Amino acid sequence: MLGKREIEMIEEKQRGWEEKSLKNNKAERPEKYTTLSHIPIKNVYTPVDLKNSEYLRDLNFPGEYPYTRGIFPQMYRERPYVVSQYAGFGTSEDTNKWYKYLLAQGTNRLAIAFDLPTQVGLDSDHPMAKGEVGKIGVAIDSLQDMETVFDGIPFKGRMITANANSIAPIIVAMFIAVGEKQGFSMNEFATGVQNDVLKEFIARGTYIFPPKPSVKLCCDIIEFCAKKGLHTWSPISISGAHIRAAGSNVTQELGFTLANAICYIEEMLRRGIPIDDFARVLGIFFGSHIDLFEEACKFRAVRRMWAKIMNERFGAQKPESMALHLTSYTAGVRLTAQQPLNNIVRVTIELLAAMLGGVQSAVASSYDEALAIPSEEAVRVALRTQQILVHETNILKTADPLGGSHFVEALTNEIEKGAFEYIEKIDKMGGAVEAVENGYYLKEISEEAFKQQREVETGERIVVGVNQFQSDTEEDIRLHQSNPKGVRIQREKLKRLRGQRDKTKWKETLEGVKTSAEKGENVMPALLEAVKAYATVGEICDVLRDVYGEYKESRVFI
Amino acid sequence: MDEGGRKKLRILIGKPGLDGHSRGAKLIARALRDAGMEVIYTGIRQTPEQICKAAVQEDVDMIGISILSGAHLVLLKEVSGQLRKEEVDIPIIVGGIIPKKDIPKLEHLGVKKVFGPGTTTDEVIQYVRNYFS
Repeated sequence: MLGKREIEMIEEKQRGWEEKSLKNNKAERPEKYTTLSHIPIKNVYTPVDLKNSEYLRDLNFPGEYPYTRGIFPQMYRERPYVVSQYAGFGTSEDTNKWYKYLLAQGTNRLAIAFDLPTQVGLDSDHPMAKGEVGKIGVAIDSLQDMETVFDGIPFKGRMITANANSIAPIIVAMFIAVGEKQGFSMNEFATGVQNDVLKEFIARGTYIFPPKPSVKLCCDIIEFCAKKGLHTWSPISISGAHIRAAGSNVTQELGFTLANAICYIEEMLRRGIPIDDFARVLGIFFGSHIDLFEEACKFRAVRRMWAKIMNERFGAQKPESMALHLTSYTAGVRLTAQQPLNNIVRVTIELLAAMLGGVQSAVASSYDEALAIPSEEAVRVALRTQQILVHETNILKTADPLGGSHFVEALTNEIEKGAFEYIEKIDKMGGAVEAVENGYYLKEISEEAFKQQREVETGERIVVGVNQFQSDTEEDIRLHQSNPKGVRIQREKLKRLRGQRDKTKWKETLEGVKTSAEKGENVMPALLEAVKAYATVGEICDVLRDVYGEYKESRVFI
Repeated sequence: MDEGGRKKLRILIGKPGLDGHSRGAKLIARALRDAGMEVIYTGIRQTPEQICKAAVQEDVDMIGISILSGAHLVLLKEVSGQLRKEEVDIPIIVGGIIPKKDIPKLEHLGVKKVFGPGTTTDEVIQYVRNYFS
């Protein structure tokens, strides 16, 4: 950093320069100069904006505390960027075919999308499942479906991930069982689940049990992985993406996500598991939005915040506990139904932000997501977009290419400051569970969502094709068609399964789940037995509902 | 009653099915309320039956349904069937991710208007006002 004398010289010069340049500036200024999250943006940034920064303290080298510049010393040279694809629809047979296609197209990692009944623990024949079976993801009723999804796709050496939250312990048990059937032990492959239940109450809505038992179940998976030494597994991906998509701004996204992370960590510590035994498997998952610099700075800021929280608050000592793995999903909420091909550009910029911000992996949205479940063509374009950025642009060849820019460093600091203020506020009210229960999160997000909507409606913020540059001609794009026979096939499969499985074993293992939950033990071993006996997701959840109760949205904030 | 002495419009915003994406539903609920209407928002994960019962009990003038999960045809069929069963005629509007080819089918089920992504809250407010004027 510059010495005091140099800083003073720059400040002096800047004063004169500003006076002169503002005098000559005759442009009208209808625009507000802020980021998408309302952080003010100055006309220019200089070393003066960073006069309190210290390179080795605040940035340091990649792979060194506080990891602002990335978590690996050689970044993508050492750990290639992972192109991931979120997919799944219809029956397990449909999804199996689709996965084989995606793998052939060069996807490195599959992230399974489940349909809503599966996500909220209802079988495909449940009355509430009507109309939703196989819609936004694949229907998984039992281990049999999971076996079909991965038929001919060996787990060995692969990372299999899923957007499971409330049902995450059941899904992890199914992954272990499928791996076993394929002949692989748990340390020969890796699995990942989202398993961030707190944000379900705030933003995503697929909760089943009340917040406290939900946190308990979530931590059962983390504990299971820690005790089995499954360090390459990802038992939780604490998700800011949905909090942001529900309407929050960038500092709320970081503050709320980290406050939720703190809640899980405290539960693990209460179980007597030392921080350095589990911290390395915790990961964070953010949306990547269209404000390029704000987003890139967000990823840099959260790595530094994580390192500080781990070290200063929880006393972590091991470097891997303090180095935060980040994944990203380009923001579906920024996609427009109007002129959908424009979304390809939006997704490109959002991916660029995530890559420049140093994430380990990202999922790209498809350009038709504001219209329907993605079509094959749209998914292929999303995949190719990632591949072009990875292989043609050279942006991944140096660590943290934006680091050192006065603007980027100042904005990173600003985001960090705002997010820490939120964490402090939530700490004061008693932590994340309290902030869920007292409606704080929901109120904050609703306010911000409303503000953003007004900005678009008043034209204060331009969204191309929506409130400006509209077009009368419609783009003719092919949309995904769902298999109308899928629901019937799925229900018939379920009926057959219920008739064929070993009833005694099925009953015994479900009782095992009940006893284990009642005793407050880690339910993972009991779940593993139950899924192997082909107990369904709905049946297992019903047992757990009996023990833990069910969450109902009691107050609605609008 | 509002300032003009007319009865305040009562609107129920419902989210049937399992879809938890409530940003749009809440925004519309708030905008209609700010526009002087009385708004009842059901919250997520309601059955068509619960939504219709609430609409009848609350004596609403219109029902707004928000769905993003693709289950709109099945769920709207149930909502409109349920209303027939209750022997009430309450107009329904729908917002969410609805493929264009499904709009005539929804209209056939008695849906008055479908609002897609990018709709402004003012458009919805104007539509509701015009409908009752």
